[in-house]
Amino acid sequence: MAAATAASYAGVKDILLIERDQYLGGILNQCIHTGFGLQYFKEDLTGPEFGERFIAKTEAITNIEVSLQSFVVKLTKDKVLSYLKPGKMVEVKAKALIMATGCRERTREMIHIAGTRPAGIFPAGLAQKLINIEGLLPGNEVVIIGSGDIGLIMARRFTLEGAKVKAVIEVQDKSRGLQRNIVQCLEDFDIPLYLKHRVAFIHGKDRVEKVTVENIENLERFDLKCDTVLISVGLIPENELIEMAGIKDVTVNNIPGLFVCGNAYKVYDLVDSVVRDSEKAGQSAAEYLRKLA
Amino acid sequence: MHPSDIIIIGGGVTGTAIARELSRYKLSIVLLEKEAELAFGTSKSNSGIIHPGTQNPVNSLKGRLCVQGNKLTRKIAKELEVDFKQVGELIVIFKEEERIELLKIKKEAEALGVKELRMVDRAWLQKNEPNLNKDALAALYAPTAGIIAPYRWVYALAENAQKNGVNIRLNCQVKKIVKQKDYFEVHSNIETFSSRFVINAAGLYADEIAKMVGVSDIVIRPRKGEEFLLDKKKENLSNHLLFPLPNSKSKGILVIKTSDGNPMIGPTAQETEDKNDLSTSDEGLKKVIESTKKLIPSINQNDIIAYFAGLRPVAGDDFIIRHEEKVPGFINVAGIQSPGLTAAPAIALMVIGLLKKQGLKLPKKLLFHKHHPKNVHLFSFPFSRIPELIKRDPTYGDIVCRCEMVSAKEVRQAIKDGAKTLDGIKFRTRAQAGRCHGGFCTTRIMKILAEELNIPITKISKRGIGSENIKDARA
Repeated sequence: MAAATAASYAGVKDILLIERDQYLGGILNQCIHTGFGLQYFKEDLTGPEFGERFIAKTEAITNIEVSLQSFVVKLTKDKVLSYLKPGKMVEVKAKALIMATGCRERTREMIHIAGTRPAGIFPAGLAQKLINIEGLLPGNEVVIIGSGDIGLIMARRFTLEGAKVKAVIEVQDKSRGLQRNIVQCLEDFDIPLYLKHRVAFIHGKDRVEKVTVENIENLERFDLKCDTVLISVGLIPENELIEMAGIKDVTVNNIPGLFVCGNAYKVYDLVDSVVRDSEKAGQSAAEYLRKLA
Repeated sequence: MHPSDIIIIGGGVTGTAIARELSRYKLSIVLLEKEAELAFGTSKSNSGIIHPGTQNPVNSLKGRLCVQGNKLTRKIAKELEVDFKQVGELIVIFKEEERIELLKIKKEAEALGVKELRMVDRAWLQKNEPNLNKDALAALYAPTAGIIAPYRWVYALAENAQKNGVNIRLNCQVKKIVKQKDYFEVHSNIETFSSRFVINAAGLYADEIAKMVGVSDIVIRPRKGEEFLLDKKKENLSNHLLFPLPNSKSKGILVIKTSDGNPMIGPTAQETEDKNDLSTSDEGLKKVIESTKKLIPSINQNDIIAYFAGLRPVAGDDFIIRHEEKVPGFINVAGIQSPGLTAAPAIALMVIGLLKKQGLKLPKKLLFHKHHPKNVHLFSFPFSRIPELIKRDPTYGDIVCRCEMVSAKEVRQAIKDGAKTLDGIKFRTRAQAGRCHGGFCTTRIMKILAEELNIPITKISKRGIGSENIKDARA
């Protein structure tokens, strides 16, 4: 939305905004905590509030056509893209194309945690969606692997929902998350953070029963009983579409008129930075189109 | 209750292949499965290789049934419209002194009736398998090896058997079997069934079922195999199934092509006492990476997107398929380890032979539905024809799983076909099987399951009772 509105303000007349979800706003919708917009709006907003402001801006601009539930299945290097939506497949050729496809969570599989595969292992973002959007509590006794911001936020969220967060386990010697989240989400709730530890084994047949935690320096191990494991070990840009168009590395973009922005370009800590980056992409696309004409 | 003709215990590939073959005849057949869905035991962790028949002892039952099964699988896969792809296998050697062993394998396989085997040299390998280690000296090439999606294969066999009248009961665990004069009483956690014949295809638990009728010489010793799946982006890592020289316990650690496109590396072979032990280990990963890098040096641990373990139901060196003379009417089909998936259709024919010998009449049905409608998968559907598909049903355009491109239509169809759990949806459609591991689509799939099955969302489970995803709903 930031890229689309910025492009429009810079004079672009015909803009198509393709969103695969059923609503605009992406991941902001499930981030009901505050801390959004401190830089951009100089206000402390929740995720949905921050999103709402951009939705209002987007909807006020008549030359932005929004297509929801639209899933791009193909992209060529000539910027022809095909997308599916309920009832049809559409092919469009863009003069300029901005990729604001965001990022996804790294999974348990990517860091290889040994053990079983019972129910109760969730990417932290999925747990966030279940609680904040669906009103479903995925677990009662939680261990969080990785101290990424989503994991920290979810430690607090689970606690507020009445679940017991047993620990946050971080393999590095410092947290990966923002300092404010360490304080507000862990310390304020007396949730222990084990640095230089890893989860060496997940136990449980049908549902998670416990995890074995290992100190990576002295290899001492201990077990934590839990029914839920959250994985919060970082995010990676989602760039499968531009790979399809032949771009192997997002920093070496050789397709004229194609712009990659926000978390799809690199994973930012703050939405404010994502928005700034995306507005720049919108302006650059406008500039590119001006030169074309 | 009126006794059935046959009860089959076990809904893996063996049980369902037998059920489908028997459903040609005018018989009443019940298949009992203890898990929430079919193929949830050993079959789900199968690598999907349809073996040509190599690496089996000359006089072994499994060798004979494998060669026969390879032919039958092609025929039945065509009837049931399940994708079978003949990709061929290469057993690769790196040292000149290994050639003797390889030639022995070739000779044994030929004695079993494996066709088209030939030795290929380094030049052939470099041309046809460019990512293979350049030090590879030669290989035994078996063109008749193929691949199939093991769970979709089981589901097609089972759904077709069902269409032909087989009664499949899930979540139904056999607790006790009582032999009456001319029939069996099979007591389960849900009800008591009775039949003239019982076929024990209970996989890892075949020994426990056999013991219920006093047969105690079958002992299943699980042998664990850890498998690692790579991202679909690496689909062309190899052009064939790649094997090292086998050892006495297994065919070794392989580079496998799969029907879903993701290359698979593994499996390990580790004895375990615990029939529930499906854990993977750091050591297993290390071993698989080290071993497969010898075949393809460019294999990268970072490309792993999933891993799992399966248990081979090992009962000695060979399959045990026999009628129990001391318990007339009871047939054991036990120890169906590799190459069980390949052999299953041949095992089914052998079991029918045993039943016939015991005096079971096999009158053919006037109408046997031998075909099974092909399941549409967007990911393998011709791109140019997707618009007509969406025209037929608009929900083909409603994408649920972004990594594997699975539509709402496919998810709902899977539920109509019998999926009841998140794993059931995954095995049938591949939704949640991609690189994000269901991070984005799990919620939507849970909602569709709850809606279609008309159950509360808190009852939606990964793979049956006890594995529910949600602890509490806040209205």
